[in-house]
Amino acid sequence: FRKNVEDFTGPRERSDLGFVTFDITADILNGKKCIFDWNVKQLFVYLSVEYSTKNNALNQVVLWDKVILRGDNPKLFLKDMKSKYLFFDDGNGLKGNKNITFTLSWNVVPNAGILPLVTGSGHVSVPFPDTYEITKSY
Amino acid sequence: QLYYQVLNFAMIVSSALMIWKGLIVVTGSESPIVVVLSGSMEPAFHRGDLLFLTNFHDDPIRAGEIVVFKVEGRDIPIVHRVIKIHEKENGDIKFLTKGDNNEVDDRGLYKEGQNWLEKKDVVGRARGFLPYVGMVTIIMNDYPKFKYALLAVMGAYVLLKRES
Repeated sequence: FRKNVEDFTGPRERSDLGFVTFDITADILNGKKCIFDWNVKQLFVYLSVEYSTKNNALNQVVLWDKVILRGDNPKLFLKDMKSKYLFFDDGNGLKGNKNITFTLSWNVVPNAGILPLVTGSGHVSVPFPDTYEITKSY
Repeated sequence: QLYYQVLNFAMIVSSALMIWKGLIVVTGSESPIVVVLSGSMEPAFHRGDLLFLTNFHDDPIRAGEIVVFKVEGRDIPIVHRVIKIHEKENGDIKFLTKGDNNEVDDRGLYKEGQNWLEKKDVVGRARGFLPYVGMVTIIMNDYPKFKYALLAVMGAYVLLKRES
């Protein structure tokens, strides 16, 4: 799957806030078979970013999520999506950060049994710009 | 004959206790089986579902995982998903949770002034689940008469059972 991102950072109070837009094209399978076998009730799909900053060696933020119920199509074809949740850093580590990695993952929720967390193959890394976007105040 | 039956009963109770304590050790969690109490994780989990947890110390907490945690000072375990983590090089981690079915994150549930959860607040990670089975616990909590009736029936059964 691939993601295209357009982004800029803006400071709020004292932490960096990132804005991204993305496209997601994905087909969720279990190996070569359909992911929805007799024991799969639903999928909880989420897009997360992972990056490092001076403050924290590892940061992960979930930007967007969606529930795919049994019977729905496990293919995603979304364009120009905005993140559902605010992408705040713990500090000012987004400005000029060269490596923000986007990954799509999903939680398989069975009718009964084990709850696996699966990460999709393929991921996209993008950099954040070196400057803040000036927001107008009224 | 009565002595034998009382002994039998005591054996059953202590075996159950041993199994429970064994589970606590094996999973690393103080409460390896919890009942979902609210609808905040629907449609994945509903009130009454049973969750099986592990809490291994070396298991890292990562975004997307379903954790069961307790807010400092409260006894009620909450089952929600981790949506944000910030981990330092030495392994110190702070994270934020949110119920799938909730509009906002859990900051409103945390202690006054608390913005993040830490490893010590985690009771365990949800690894498996069984639907509906936990309803029995909820019914017993809401209707104590039912609990006593159940205990009476179980006690009567064990004491009246005849070894052939």
